Amino acid sequence: MQTVQFPAKFELLDEIREFVGRIARENGFSEKDVYNIQLATDEAASNIIEHAYEGVIDGVLDLSCGMKEKALVIILVDHGSPFDPAEVPLPDLQADLADRKIGGLGIFLMRKLMDEVHYHSNADKSNVLTMIKRKG
Amino acid sequence: MEITHQEFKHCELIKVKGRVDSSTAPQLAQTLETANENGKHKLVIDMSELEYMSSAGFRALLAAQRNSKKYNRGEVVLASVPERIREALELAGFTELFKTFDDPLHAVGYF
Repeated sequence: MQTVQFPAKFELLDEIREFVGRIARENGFSEKDVYNIQLATDEAASNIIEHAYEGVIDGVLDLSCGMKEKALVIILVDHGSPFDPAEVPLPDLQADLADRKIGGLGIFLMRKLMDEVHYHSNADKSNVLTMIKRKG
Repeated sequence: MEITHQEFKHCELIKVKGRVDSSTAPQLAQTLETANENGKHKLVIDMSELEYMSSAGFRALLAAQRNSKKYNRGEVVLASVPERIREALELAGFTELFKTFDDPLHAVGYF
């Protein structure tokens, strides 16, 4: 596992995507998978920056990425407010334009694009989001 | 991300290049809002040089579609959507909300 600490700012999303994209590519994931892994990680990080660190200017995000057996494991750790993606209702994708909800879309994409998404809020005030993408 | 405009008789062509994420989406949202405020409700988004778009970009498109459709024959359509981005839009159920065209000229011709 490689770990990098990023300031929790939207301006760092480019670097966050490059970090996971490089490791996914090095481990033989297809370009389609690489794109989707980058998108899921971006959505996860964006949620942390927007919700967990709402109103916080010096938050940090520890991003770890590496292979475990035949799967890519991505772990995001923050120290902001607990924010469990599983508690966000799924958007109604059948709703017409007027009723289409703006929120929840990023979390929906994360869950669709990755094979597993787990969230755990610890007593020491750290929140751990783990996403797994299996190869092939 | 880089945005360029081209005015046509019946619509405005807005080309979005590069990457749209939570950092750059507000600029896209602002551009689309400004177009609406200036009375442009028929918009073609040229995605031919778009490399990446997250849900933050999708939200900007959705807001613009809602705004544009309030006006007579107002609409936002998408042109030259790259495969990866199209797949993500499909997954998000957005392809039903936007007409898509293979190239910008066909999209301009639609209006």
